Amino acid sequence: MRFVLRRLGFFVVTLWAAISLNFLLPRLMPGNPALAMMAQFRGRVNGQALKALEIAFGVNTHQSTLSAYFSYFGDVFTGHFGISLTFFPDPVSREVLQALPWTLGLVGVTTVLAFLLGTLIGLVSGWRRGGKLDSILPPVFVVTSAFPYFWVGLVAVWVFAYKLNWFPENGGYGVTDQIGLDWHFVGDVLEHSVLPAATLLVTAIGAWILTMRNTVITVLAEDYVRMARAKGLKQWTVMWGYAGRNAILPNLTGFAMSLGFVVSGAILVEYVFNYPGVGWMLLQAVENEDYGLMQALFLLITVAVLVAILFSDILTAVLDPRTRELR
Amino acid sequence: MTTLSGAGGAVGPVDVAGRPVDRPGGPSAPLPRRRRAKFLRAVSHNRKATAGALLLAFFLVLAIFPGEIAPYNGQAEIFQPALGPSSAHWFGTTAYGQDILSQLIWGTRQSLIIAFAVGALATAVSVVVGVSAAYLRGAWDGVLSLFTDVLLVIPIFPLIIVIAAYLKNAGTVVIIIVLGALGWSYGARQLRSQVLSMRDREFLEAARVRGERRGYIIAVEILPTLTSLIVASFLGTAVYAVLTAAGLQFVGLGDPNLQSWGTMLYWAENNEALGAGMPLWALLPGVCVALLGAALALLNYAFDEVSNPALRPVRIRARKAEKLTPTPQRAVDA
Repeated sequence: MRFVLRRLGFFVVTLWAAISLNFLLPRLMPGNPALAMMAQFRGRVNGQALKALEIAFGVNTHQSTLSAYFSYFGDVFTGHFGISLTFFPDPVSREVLQALPWTLGLVGVTTVLAFLLGTLIGLVSGWRRGGKLDSILPPVFVVTSAFPYFWVGLVAVWVFAYKLNWFPENGGYGVTDQIGLDWHFVGDVLEHSVLPAATLLVTAIGAWILTMRNTVITVLAEDYVRMARAKGLKQWTVMWGYAGRNAILPNLTGFAMSLGFVVSGAILVEYVFNYPGVGWMLLQAVENEDYGLMQALFLLITVAVLVAILFSDILTAVLDPRTRELR
Repeated sequence: MTTLSGAGGAVGPVDVAGRPVDRPGGPSAPLPRRRRAKFLRAVSHNRKATAGALLLAFFLVLAIFPGEIAPYNGQAEIFQPALGPSSAHWFGTTAYGQDILSQLIWGTRQSLIIAFAVGALATAVSVVVGVSAAYLRGAWDGVLSLFTDVLLVIPIFPLIIVIAAYLKNAGTVVIIIVLGALGWSYGARQLRSQVLSMRDREFLEAARVRGERRGYIIAVEILPTLTSLIVASFLGTAVYAVLTAAGLQFVGLGDPNLQSWGTMLYWAENNEALGAGMPLWALLPGVCVALLGAALALLNYAFDEVSNPALRPVRIRARKAEKLTPTPQRAVDA
């Protein structure tokens, strides 16, 4: 319990740091580039939306920085991020929430898949160390994980969309589709997600394999594994129940750690595929100098990653009794 | 450290709080001087290390002598646009009539500069923060560790994008400073836990009793034992820097007039090179980024094996072991 509380405290501190960073960045940057954006809103936006933007970027406010800081926190927690320039006149919060499910679906599913597959391959190659699987897959994936995500995406587009014509080259769904929950649309979404998901998978899986393999190798040298073997337990039981079960813990914690990495990769992959998620929208915002949207998206990504980390911390605490006693 | 260190999501052994912990066996067992020759030999006998070192040397040569090696000036728009590969232009020309091969060669320098500068900068910060946190203990440790942890979990790449968006067309120096300032947390964590684990060893106690100053103890007694961790941290950060910088330039957040692989990708993407019959323009800069990243990652992986005997390829030892005693474990593995 204490462990969970500690992690919860850390979550709050990090969240505070991220929001403060968001507040400080435009004020620290030379020449406050947000001024140009605000100029475009003049006369077109008013009321609370304008006020939220003014507070966020320190424009026109007659209040001190400190009181703006507190107002900013109020705005953040009530979801007032102002109006988006890119999707004028929609409020930033609505646009952001529209992009979220796409990224959650893409990144969520791929990360879970990469975790499961990578852990499995790592377990088997650590178990049969020096075997066929072990001498091929880990080195290959070590190399692929050094590939830039976006480049793997480009290659995928070129091979599977342009040359072979198997999958659509970009977008999250067909241009002519009606967005809705019918079979046609769902199938189309799935078809559009194959390439981006495969791209993320290929580049993300290496870390899982490597961590799992190396931990399995260490665990295999433990006395309890030797004991299990000496007892004459089935290979299968030793591999899953003794080696795998204990070796999976570092991978599980790595799950949270890798999320930031996968999210970063997903931003570029979404850009390559014009996939209508959070990352694509972030780069759209950057291109259009839509600083309000940009900062809201950064905050959203950060919160998502932090929540995932907190979740995996709690999961680790449930699974590993040692962490509960720790400190 | 594995290949994915840095970029906000380092993946490696981590403890329950998501912090990196020492590898079993310790990646950085103290390395006395007389064993250093042995260490170097181990690196040269390691196939992964050799491959990585050769690749890196290749890129180094390109980066140092681009003028002598490149057939043309990479920026000059003097050829027919969109040519296919030929003997005059091995990889063809861009939509602006530039020679792609020359662009690749000239672009090497910028990537290497970013890799080494960010690696050095971030590693320096991580050594200072990590070692002082572990050595100063108390409140200092608390503050520095919290700072490190926060930076470790905040997604760095989106943050870099936001900063780059404010700075507009970031040049090499700006990119180096931003990446270096944000990329040190993983290394600092590892160094801290390593120093913590040996803080009470006798040789440090002896130095303290001798009345050495703190600075001396840290520089002369502690730092040498951290060599392999520091190298790993340097290589890991360099991979992260190469990938991140290329990504930033690719989405148009770099200086579009620079000669670099990322900028090439940016222009290729802007001209729809893949669909317009110039796939080499879009694919080759990525190959270079990937190769440089792979070279550094291979070196890193090999360093891991060299400094952590538990992870070394099993064959040679296994054969010897079989000759001596066919242990039950070998029988199982075979």
